[in-house]
Amino acid sequence: MIRRKSSERAGTPKAEAMSREKRRKTISRLAAYMIRYKGLVIVSTLFVLSSNIIALLGPSVSGDVIDIICRYTGNEMIARVMPLCITLAVIYIASGALSYIQSFLLITLSQKITYSMRKEIFRRLTELGAGYFDTHQTGDIISRISYDVDTVNSSISSDLIQVLGSAVTVFGSLFMMARIQPVLLAVFLITIPFSILFARHRSIRIRPLFRKRAAKLGQLNGYAEEMLSGQKTIRAYRREKVITSRFDERNSDAVESYYNADYHGAVMGPAVNFINNISMALITMLGGIFYMFWVGNEQGVTSVLPLFVISLGGVSKFVQYSRKFAGPINEFANITNEIQSTLSAAERIFRILDEEPEQKGDVVSTELKNIKGDVSFDGVSFGYVPDRTIIKDVSIHAKPGSTIAIVGPTGAGKTTIINLLMRFYDVDSGSIAVDNVDIRSVPRGGLRRCFTMILQDTWLFHGSIRDNIAYGRDGAGYDEIVEAAKSARIDEYIESLPDGYDTILSDDGVNLSKGQKQLISIARAMLADSPMLIMDEATSNVDSRTEANIQKAMRTLMSGRTGFVIAHRLSTVQNADMILVLRDGRVAERGSHDELMQMDGFYSNLYNSQFE
Amino acid sequence: MKLFTRYLKPVAGIVSLGLLIKVFGTLAELALPYILQYMLDVVAVRNKIKDLILWGLIMIAFAVLCAVLNIVANRMAAKVARDAARTIRHDLFKATMNLSAETVDKFTVSSLESRLTTDTYNVHHVIGVIQRMGVRAPILLFGGLIMTFMLDYRLALVMLATVPLIGGAVFFVTLKGTPLFRHAQSRTDDMIRVVREVSQGIRVVKALSREEKERARYENVNRELVKAETKASATMAAVNPSMNLFLNFGLVAVILIGAIIISRPGSGMKPGVIIAFMQYFTLISNALLHITRIFVMLTRAVASAGRIIEVIDSPDDMEVYSSRDFPSDDGAAGICFDNVSFSYKKKKKIIKEVSFFLKSGEKLGIIGATGSGKTTLINLLMRFYDVDSGSVRIDGQDVRTVCRDKLHGFFGAAMQNDFIFSGTIRENIDFGRGISDDDIFKALRTAQAERFVSELDDGLDYKLNSKGTNLSGGQRQRLFIARAMAGKPRILVLDDSSSALDYKTDAALRRAIAADCKDQTVVIVAQRVSSVMGCDLILVIDKGRIIDMGKHEELMERCEVYRETSESQMGGAIFD
Repeated sequence: MIRRKSSERAGTPKAEAMSREKRRKTISRLAAYMIRYKGLVIVSTLFVLSSNIIALLGPSVSGDVIDIICRYTGNEMIARVMPLCITLAVIYIASGALSYIQSFLLITLSQKITYSMRKEIFRRLTELGAGYFDTHQTGDIISRISYDVDTVNSSISSDLIQVLGSAVTVFGSLFMMARIQPVLLAVFLITIPFSILFARHRSIRIRPLFRKRAAKLGQLNGYAEEMLSGQKTIRAYRREKVITSRFDERNSDAVESYYNADYHGAVMGPAVNFINNISMALITMLGGIFYMFWVGNEQGVTSVLPLFVISLGGVSKFVQYSRKFAGPINEFANITNEIQSTLSAAERIFRILDEEPEQKGDVVSTELKNIKGDVSFDGVSFGYVPDRTIIKDVSIHAKPGSTIAIVGPTGAGKTTIINLLMRFYDVDSGSIAVDNVDIRSVPRGGLRRCFTMILQDTWLFHGSIRDNIAYGRDGAGYDEIVEAAKSARIDEYIESLPDGYDTILSDDGVNLSKGQKQLISIARAMLADSPMLIMDEATSNVDSRTEANIQKAMRTLMSGRTGFVIAHRLSTVQNADMILVLRDGRVAERGSHDELMQMDGFYSNLYNSQFE
Repeated sequence: MKLFTRYLKPVAGIVSLGLLIKVFGTLAELALPYILQYMLDVVAVRNKIKDLILWGLIMIAFAVLCAVLNIVANRMAAKVARDAARTIRHDLFKATMNLSAETVDKFTVSSLESRLTTDTYNVHHVIGVIQRMGVRAPILLFGGLIMTFMLDYRLALVMLATVPLIGGAVFFVTLKGTPLFRHAQSRTDDMIRVVREVSQGIRVVKALSREEKERARYENVNRELVKAETKASATMAAVNPSMNLFLNFGLVAVILIGAIIISRPGSGMKPGVIIAFMQYFTLISNALLHITRIFVMLTRAVASAGRIIEVIDSPDDMEVYSSRDFPSDDGAAGICFDNVSFSYKKKKKIIKEVSFFLKSGEKLGIIGATGSGKTTLINLLMRFYDVDSGSVRIDGQDVRTVCRDKLHGFFGAAMQNDFIFSGTIRENIDFGRGISDDDIFKALRTAQAERFVSELDDGLDYKLNSKGTNLSGGQRQRLFIARAMAGKPRILVLDDSSSALDYKTDAALRRAIAADCKDQTVVIVAQRVSSVMGCDLILVIDKGRIIDMGKHEELMERCEVYRETSESQMGGAIFD
């Protein structure tokens, strides 16, 4: 429901020039997509043109028929009318067929463009660094790849035809009318100003009202959604009345702005009709007078200049062409509006495509092979934004097969350490090395394959349990999957499900508990079998059995692998070879549990607080 | 339909007036082609320019009349729609706020959400549109047909013959197209799901170097989507050409048959009739198009209306009973669970024969693993749900006999996954209760939130995002606690509301509660033994039963589960 604000409104002349420049670029990029399918573009343009031109012939032929009816009688008339009627039928069939083919071609074209746009966006998304997703909301990304792409798509398939077709129709019918009776065209001197005034009125007065209406509705919906999620709390605090009255304010705003748009919009339909009807009345009036002259001329009673006469068939043609002529003019304001929103949608799409992929500028000189699992941080400093250093001069050395527990208060930089290790971000200074190879000199993919990562928020995708476990390694066999699940101690549970390993995990399907999801991701990690392990221990509370299983499974997983664990539990910390206590981005203390306890510092303080 | 009758009945007068105006406006519109025909066939032949101009002016007058009447009627319709929509939405929201937890479960939150947003929008829209087009289109259709019959019944019959063809064609294509669109919609959902999964799981994807595989997965859904959309659009694209085709065939037939009739001597029919017919054709075809559109809209709106009325009319299943039904037990001040059993949706028993008594002003601790039924006990205590058997009493009164406002007035509760709305910290704590800043700060202090709040740039005026995403989990929990305390409730309920705090803060919080809430009854639900060890009464819950209760020392001594929990620190994080 929530419509986006239209692109930034230009304030200063300079900003305006810049946005015009941007607009031009956007258009040329969109055109580049069209050029990619230029064959289809050309063919569909031809169809648009021809179907519109053929449609223009209809009124002319039917007007001729009327003239024949007026002029001739009896069988002669029928004989003359017959072929024209057949022509007419053929014209209509052709026009129908052409217009269908034309829409079909344009749909095909727009779908092709949509397809490649989506493909490119998604490709770019997978190439972007994790940082992009940290700073951009999923909902926003989704709305770009679906809503924005759709907007561009429908614009290509409908607006484009409309603009092209309208141009043909407007000029075609103008030409036809001028041929029939140029003087009658004077009628439009009266009605076209009406149309223009009306179009201006629409764009200046009414369109903002519709924008406002969409915005207010969006706010209302947002409020409703928000309050609904807290319904229980609202009830618990007896705030129903207060909240409802706040809702009413927004509701009033929303219906009022809807009404405002409707109130002024109520003019639109009748006004368009009115302009058409006025044209029709004037044409009939003037046309009737000219027809009178024509009849007089025919009967030899008068001799009015040919400029001021028209046959009855001519009137018929003229009225019909005038309708065709007026249609697109009335729609013009609408189309420009559509084009505006298409351009802003396209800009949003291109902004994703213009993001720099994380690989950019990588210099790859070595590969990691036969990893032992020796990891070292040497004087590493890093900040997500230039002026705020998160990690300050951190040095760590992890021997192959050892377990490093990282503890510290929120915001101390625990997750950042992992981000750096996986090269989701690169260090600002210092270096990180695996087996004495600087990780910046190996390909990211190769580096990441050396690690298995288990995060707090378990990530499972829509698919079978089997696929979710096998995600860790291509071509893993069924036995291996079961083996991994067994080591993760989730096998028994999976087997108890009706579909076993083929159970589909979906939003509305089986409900796995947090702990079970975690075990599945541990199974995935077992299968991936990398020499090094990164883990963010879950803080979520699970029942004691699952908890025990997770602990055991983790221990199995960690044995023989170099592991980095962001630890929350005492047992994990106690089993670690080394504990790093991070505080404000620095290693405040390091050592085993016993050593740290003896130090009587930050760690022992943290530990002892539980007994207070 | 019930919804429309209920909410439009009070405004029936104005609606009928609007419709009447609309009828006249439409009739004026219908008269236009008739005048056109008359001018060309009758007036023009009379050879009087003055007459022609006069009739032309009449035609213009009709055009003006038609425009004015239509505008007035449309505006009246908009007003009716506005008022109806406002009331409907208000009633729906109010009803939603009053739904019991059980009914909310039944409807699901997301469904209620779409009822409040999409469905009310549909209804608002359709109330307006129906008044605008619902009269005009049928009148144009039937009036147009009648007018053509008045012009010439033979030609009218020819035209009439095409109407079912056109209607049929539109209907048939729509019938075929609708499931195709639904199919395309679910392909869109597939496509979106992959994007969502990848953006949320980007670290896993990258950690496992699965970019290529994800691209292939996306390629599949993208291709399917394009296929489905092309098919649906290509089908629907047939509507306009086929309608125009039938329409134009009708026109050709009218011309041909008209010519044949005129060719017969003495038929008396004039060529102007054919021109007028062409005009009527356009009118009628537009009317048909509108009628099909109305039809589609109406089916959708009726479905929406049904969904709205379902909520508005859902019965209050949390009736307040008289104390005759559930006798009270005088003289016992405090919380009493008397042999309580309960099941959600009457399926699996969650709470089994729970009995305990807590004196007013004492502290109750409830401990147990996830899913053991701790939160359910709170839900029963606050009467979010009704017990299946047994009774819950506060100060001797069965909670089912206390009116809801009074009952909830006893409590201040910080619940699990409690809610933060977008607004300042002050608004979130005050929650429309008119609590002074002093009291808010006092609550913040007890809840161990004063320091971080005062360190924020704007203090109490700090703007929170919806769901509090700009706070850490521990900070959110402390705000919930502060909110619960700020109202100085008789019974303070803290449902697992310190799980995200590190031990140090949690310990400080416990000390503060002990000091500041001396006179209040406090119910603490927790996973960590340390959170409840200071309580006067601790319930150890397992699978819906109280397996033991008592003070910390007693339980340490005799309850094995409790001791194990305490020793393993199970379920709690030591380090933030």
